[in-house]
Amino acid sequence: MNEFVAIAPLLMLALGATAVMLQIAFLRSVRLTAVVATVSLLLASASCFYANDTAPLQVGALLQADTYSLLFCILFTLAGAVTCVLSLDYIQHHGDEPEEYFLLLILATLGACVLAYAVHLASLLLGLELLSVSLYALIAYPNRSLLPLEAAIKYLVLSGAASATLLFGFALLYATTGTLHFSELGTALEQSDMGAALPMAGAAMILAGLAFKLSAVPFHLWTPDVYDGAPAPISGFLASVGKAAVFVVLLRLFLEANLFRYERLVELTGLMAILSMLAGNLLALQQTNIKRMLAYSSIAHIGYLLIVFMVCLDLSNRDIAIEAAAFYLIAYTATTLAAFGLLTLINEKRVEREQVQLQHVSGLFWRQPVLAGLMLVALLSLAGIPLTAGFIGKFYIFSAAVSGSNWILLAALIIGSGISIYYYLRVVFYMTKHAEEHKDAIELSPGWSGKALSCLLIASILVLGIMPQSLIAVLGSIL
Amino acid sequence: MMLELIMLLLAGGVVAWQSERFNPNLPRWIAMATVILGMLLLLSTISGIPADTFNMVTEPSKAENWLLYSRHEWIPRFGISLELGMDGLSLLMLILTLALGAIAIVSSWNEIEFNPGLFQANLLWTLTGVIGVFLALDLFLFFLFWEVMLIPMYLLIAIWGHENRGYAAMKFFIFTQVSGLLMLLSIIVLAVQGAGDGDISFSYGDLLGSAPTGKAGMLTMLGFFLAFTVKLPGFPFHTWLPDAHTQAPTAGSVLLAGILLKTGAYGLLRFCIPLFPEASMQFAPIAMTLGTVGIIYGAVLAFAQSDFKRLVAYSSVSHMGFVLLGLYAWNSLALQGAIMQMVAHGVSTAALFMMAGALQHRLHTRDMNRMGGLWYNAPRMGACAMFFAVASLGLPGMGNFVAEFLVLAGLFAVSPWMTAAAAIGLITAAIYSLWLMQKTFQGKPDEERKLQDFDRREMGAMVIMMAALLWLGLYPQPVFDLTQPVLEGLQPLIVNVPETLAGNIPGGTP
Repeated sequence: MNEFVAIAPLLMLALGATAVMLQIAFLRSVRLTAVVATVSLLLASASCFYANDTAPLQVGALLQADTYSLLFCILFTLAGAVTCVLSLDYIQHHGDEPEEYFLLLILATLGACVLAYAVHLASLLLGLELLSVSLYALIAYPNRSLLPLEAAIKYLVLSGAASATLLFGFALLYATTGTLHFSELGTALEQSDMGAALPMAGAAMILAGLAFKLSAVPFHLWTPDVYDGAPAPISGFLASVGKAAVFVVLLRLFLEANLFRYERLVELTGLMAILSMLAGNLLALQQTNIKRMLAYSSIAHIGYLLIVFMVCLDLSNRDIAIEAAAFYLIAYTATTLAAFGLLTLINEKRVEREQVQLQHVSGLFWRQPVLAGLMLVALLSLAGIPLTAGFIGKFYIFSAAVSGSNWILLAALIIGSGISIYYYLRVVFYMTKHAEEHKDAIELSPGWSGKALSCLLIASILVLGIMPQSLIAVLGSIL
Repeated sequence: MMLELIMLLLAGGVVAWQSERFNPNLPRWIAMATVILGMLLLLSTISGIPADTFNMVTEPSKAENWLLYSRHEWIPRFGISLELGMDGLSLLMLILTLALGAIAIVSSWNEIEFNPGLFQANLLWTLTGVIGVFLALDLFLFFLFWEVMLIPMYLLIAIWGHENRGYAAMKFFIFTQVSGLLMLLSIIVLAVQGAGDGDISFSYGDLLGSAPTGKAGMLTMLGFFLAFTVKLPGFPFHTWLPDAHTQAPTAGSVLLAGILLKTGAYGLLRFCIPLFPEASMQFAPIAMTLGTVGIIYGAVLAFAQSDFKRLVAYSSVSHMGFVLLGLYAWNSLALQGAIMQMVAHGVSTAALFMMAGALQHRLHTRDMNRMGGLWYNAPRMGACAMFFAVASLGLPGMGNFVAEFLVLAGLFAVSPWMTAAAAIGLITAAIYSLWLMQKTFQGKPDEERKLQDFDRREMGAMVIMMAALLWLGLYPQPVFDLTQPVLEGLQPLIVNVPETLAGNIPGGTP
């Protein structure tokens, strides 16, 4: 019985998915479906607190309910709910039969939550595929235009290749150790020869496969096209939850199977971090399409996050590194959702094209002060300016990297952040252009739900930035 | 009181912003009222402090020695608290900030037609950030204010600036932000290694004397130095300044030149040198060389400009070189000179930028080649310009002269050659200041030109600034008395001063 309580969020999401399916079968109504989906996501989020009473608890061989998994479950389900609300107005203009969209969204969230729970390579794969397969369909959902289809195909093919690499890595690990469970892997690897090439190659392949999902350089090539083509709320979901879930499981795999023993492998993550920070920011400079710009900036943010792997090398700094990663993930998720949320509201009425060019937001400050305020806060948070959640996250990463004395990574972080200021502020500059200069601008009339949600997201980013102590205390007590 | 002052300005900004809905004239009145209220709050608080506290030598690491001190828990995980403290130096800077804030509002009284509410709000928020910088004692909090004041300033330039505002605003932001990140890195390094195995703390008092030694200390110090010299701006990090000044609206230029630059000097004096005595000592010759080069280089470039605002901007580079020299000479005379320069330069440059703004508003150009003989059209403007031009070139009797003289006198004990080189700056200042007057107000007047002279509002602001400069020049003792205890508290932090940083000259106050 306790085991059911422990996985209550997962059960809740599965129930929600079933409920939505049944509801669609009997009555097609977008609004109703959206409400059911949102409520079930919120319920799943609430059930995490309920499940917390039994934690930590191993459920079967595959799942582990502990504070770490529950924390991220809350994050993912809330992000899913936000995406639901953002999608509501948007999808009515873009899809023929939009109800199943919400079904897929719940399933994707379920996949992400399974990843948060996963302590076994099998559940890792299950969660990952559940997440990815739902996302293929979600990306291609606006079936009246070409770009989403192209994006989905691209994602499908490349993601398939990544999964194959991942599985090959599993096989190699299994061949040497005979187990797929994270911590058993750890002990088995301990007993096998340290320098054994086979398990290290396996671990490297797993890293590569997951790095693809994280879109860390050099596995990032799909990112801009897919983000650009996907519906804006889904791009936001993909960039926030899609990446955070993979990062969470990657970190857990490294910690529990103690893959930090392969110093070379960890140095590879450091290299990926540097490349992602520099390439992501430099390429973002070139973009005039805001969605593509955010795609490249998300690559850079994964680079910032990957720094924590290098910090984890030293056992004494592991606590602050994990804490930093957790805070950064939360801040990044909120910020990314806010940024893509605005793009969604801009995109709402336009069916043919998904792109939002810089000149489309021209003068937004004077036409839609609330939305522009959201965008300003989100961009400042992405840039890591104080009083926003992004700054505290960056401060955490700085502190972790300083404790670990990773000076090269810090140099890349500073250079990357410096570059990023330019392209974030360029958007702000366009938004502040005077009235006579924004002829290209598009008309906007966001619904109340979008606006309310925007305010909520701004508020949460600011609260996390100004009064982070409560979240920090929570993180400190559970990680 | 300190937290209340910050909150007052913050809230005043919000009110001014929203008041625009009722009447477009309302925001400027509200902004003015907020600044005056802030000033009253400040004055009433200091009048409540016993007079002899002002003479007490402040030992920076002890809380009870500050004139005002408050501390609230904020982020205990990192030992970060809302720690604010005010001593004579902060007080002087606060008065300067609020006074120039009021001048900035006056100078933009009729200039802003586009969204005046948001304009005044950004102005007040910039002041909020600057005041926070002058009060913060927690290094994290200090960094927070340091960065946050950039955003309203960025918006001021980007929205209400002149033709090339996007470029200038971006350059300003990137320069300060990147150097700020280096400072953040240094702050964290300092806190992490200062903590050792104990609890981490970002408090100024805890971090004093905990700087790493050797090469690590030097590198950490450079993070601070870079951030502060970019803001100062010291040569060769000054390139953002001419653009930002030229493109900013008048009030923005007044704030930038009058107050924002001073945060850099304040940071050097309060944080960079006391926190890293050893590294600063080694670095002093380089810093002083940069200061000297800045003085001459800024002056030469100022002479080459035809844009009124650009000329004044480069003259700022030159004048701030004296501050850098005075700070790194680190004796009473030179330090008093540097502080006096901060105040006097703030006032005189603010006045010159206000003049530039007034001219641009009337003539729609900043190009001095299209001016000339303006004295004939607007005698009051001419007289004011003349006054501030000679103040800027360091005529005895004005604050700038006292400042530059003290810096040179203090510097002479440390490095006579550097003094000789820096003294050239006094001559070049005379050249470009008089050149400025020659090109704009003297020469053949254009009979066709209709130029409205200064009205009562503008004259009022000018007279106040003139009085301030004369007071600083003729009776500077109150300022010295105010800051002397602070300096006496800071100076012992650097012990065993070798030839580069000369010892304490007894009885420093002249």
